[in-house]
Amino acid sequence: MAFLTDRKRANGMGAANTGTAHFRGMTVSSVVLLVLVPVFIFIVGPLIGEDHDTVTTYFSRPFPALVALLTFVVGLVHFKNGVTVLIEDYAQGLARKIWIIVMTAVSYAAIATAIFAIARIAL
Amino acid sequence: MADAKQPNRPLSPHLTIYRPQMTSISSIFVRITGNALLASTLLLIWWFLAAATSASAFESANYVITSWPGDMVMILSLWALWYHTLGGVRHLIWDTGRGLELVAAERMGWVMIIGSLVLTALTIFCF
Repeated sequence: MAFLTDRKRANGMGAANTGTAHFRGMTVSSVVLLVLVPVFIFIVGPLIGEDHDTVTTYFSRPFPALVALLTFVVGLVHFKNGVTVLIEDYAQGLARKIWIIVMTAVSYAAIATAIFAIARIAL
Repeated sequence: MADAKQPNRPLSPHLTIYRPQMTSISSIFVRITGNALLASTLLLIWWFLAAATSASAFESANYVITSWPGDMVMILSLWALWYHTLGGVRHLIWDTGRGLELVAAERMGWVMIIGSLVLTALTIFCF
């Protein structure tokens, strides 16, 4: 490392490795969530505390099921990209890499679980 | 030629020596709320999974989510969701090059704080 010049250290890194793709992804998903989140609150909110039959009957309808599904998928992709920046800001070296992998895995596992659960209720 | 050794500069931001300001505090809370929302998201996914599994599994998930610690998590998350949403709107406004002046940025910070509290109260009142 001591023999590298500043130019060599920066070469091939791009802008923080990903350029503007990350920024653009956050912008697009945030606009989508701006529509989804209020609808999600008004669809899921009243159902919390209801009994099992009411909940399963409600989410076997296409609109509530699709809104819940989309909000979890887009929301967790948005979370994955957001938490990556959080980790990049506060962790360095190997810890940074491991934390990003762990949180990416958690995000995708949560997405898969949400799809499975809502599909099973709806179908 | 460039210095071969990397200078040992202090890391930014210097959180400990900054006086709290509307811009910095409203911004850090966007980050905190956004990342903390993972907790209630996982709680809700568990609730959905339990509903998909069986009536008895749903019973336990429903018990946890409607217990008073569960209620606290859901109400705090509701506020966090509204606050983070308004914070996102501020970012979208900033992205167009508008509202970057100190006065405008601070005013939007107040809109985020008061707006999120009002929206949270309205949401709870509606249900």
